Amino acid sequence: MSKGTGALRRGVVPWLLPLALLLGWEVAAKAGWLSARVLPAPSDIAVAFWAALKDGSLPHHVGISAERAVLGLVIGGGLGFALGLINGALPIAEDILDSTLQMLRNVPHLAIIPMVILWFGIGEQAKVFLVAVGVLFPMYLNTFHGIRSVDRGLVEMGRVYGLNPVALYLRVILPGALPAILVGLRYALGIMWLTLIVAETISASSGIGYMTMNAREFLQTDMVLLGIIVYALLGKLADIASRWLERRALDWNPAYRTGLEAA
Amino acid sequence: MMVPLRAVETPDIPDEPPMAGKGLELAFDGITKSFGDAAVLKGLDLTIPAGQFVAVVGRSGGGKTTLMRLIAGLDSPTTGAIRIAGTARRGLQPDVRLLFQDARLLPWQRVLSNVGIARGPGWKERARALLAEVGLADRAGDWPYVLSGGQKQRVALARALVTEPGILLLDEPFGALDALTRVDMHRLLTKVWRQHGFTAVLITHDVAEAVALADRVLVLREGRVAADIAIDIPRGTRAAGNPRLAELERRVLAAV
Repeated sequence: MSKGTGALRRGVVPWLLPLALLLGWEVAAKAGWLSARVLPAPSDIAVAFWAALKDGSLPHHVGISAERAVLGLVIGGGLGFALGLINGALPIAEDILDSTLQMLRNVPHLAIIPMVILWFGIGEQAKVFLVAVGVLFPMYLNTFHGIRSVDRGLVEMGRVYGLNPVALYLRVILPGALPAILVGLRYALGIMWLTLIVAETISASSGIGYMTMNAREFLQTDMVLLGIIVYALLGKLADIASRWLERRALDWNPAYRTGLEAA
Repeated sequence: MMVPLRAVETPDIPDEPPMAGKGLELAFDGITKSFGDAAVLKGLDLTIPAGQFVAVVGRSGGGKTTLMRLIAGLDSPTTGAIRIAGTARRGLQPDVRLLFQDARLLPWQRVLSNVGIARGPGWKERARALLAEVGLADRAGDWPYVLSGGQKQRVALARALVTEPGILLLDEPFGALDALTRVDMHRLLTKVWRQHGFTAVLITHDVAEAVALADRVLVLREGRVAADIAIDIPRGTRAAGNPRLAELERRVLAAV
């Protein structure tokens, strides 16, 4: 088989099954085998998407959800990152903080939703807080692990070659920990969406979760499905962004390179 | 290009003393070093004159690496003192550089930034000049992972020399290289030693390497200097087959 057909096969074949399923679904819905209340046709979802886009409700809800997600990620992720840096660098900080953090980490953060509602009501803080708690631990653990697993030989080299502690941290330890930190970020992004979906579904007056729950009340199955699809797309978007970041930041690492040189 | 091994070895290196000046005298005053109950170094008293090229050989566990870490300031002696240029020193020294067994280049910095790791004003020009000296001027913009083992070690050599150290420690830096690359590295090391005039302390388990490169070979056994042998033949004539060289090699081997 020539190279051209091989590339074609890899480009086309993975799409055949989803396309066939979509087509079968459309046909089944239009022929009336599937009730629109159970599963509306893909074309109806597309129509609902277009309508929600035009009346501005979809951008409005997506915007609010994204705002909560990003705010929670910045607060919780930033805190986890900072704690990881401190505990990775200072053994005394690790002694004081690490076992407490490990205990808290083992509490499923969604289990504290009742607590959070009691504290914050169902306002914005509740969602941002939950997202922040959810993303804190993956960022903390991976940053800490990354700092701890930096090659000791390189650190020793840096000391012998006269790097002061700040330069050692910036030029040796932090770049060495970066692959693990970015893994933490990818985990955090996944947990960020998951937490937000749950929080918005339970209690909200705006956002994608609210949009879908509201649609459920009125038996608008197409809108419910639309919400699910939007979540999937946002999750994929976050994943693409973090991969792009990895490739940019870890250009030096052959394991993350794409293209010919990786071969 | 195929060149007979003998021809690559030495004849083009004239035997002239290193350019005077930058090397620093290194002295050990009753150095001992113990880890718990285990005494690794049991009393070293010797002086290495400025600019001398010394090789330290010995079996593993004989204290070679410990000695190197003491000179570099990574560890402190249990008793005794290390004097550099006449003054006792403790801790990491700005005029001592160490060439590690593995090159230890930062994988996330390009070759030029690795050489100029200490930065400081004008570091790029200095780093470029040193890269040219080790024959890698055209690799300044590469990532370390594309370099071969020998090239990495040459970058590490350039990095060690960029701050013009008075003492260069070499901890079996050529052990992992193939024979031909090692011969190239020997020539390069001899060349830069001449040009920069640093005091060189080479740790090696390869006796042939020690007698080919050094002015003086110290045999370290069970924490003491078991032999201190001057290699009193000109570098230009240290080709394999030189009977005097063979005899010196035998003496070193006997002491190890």
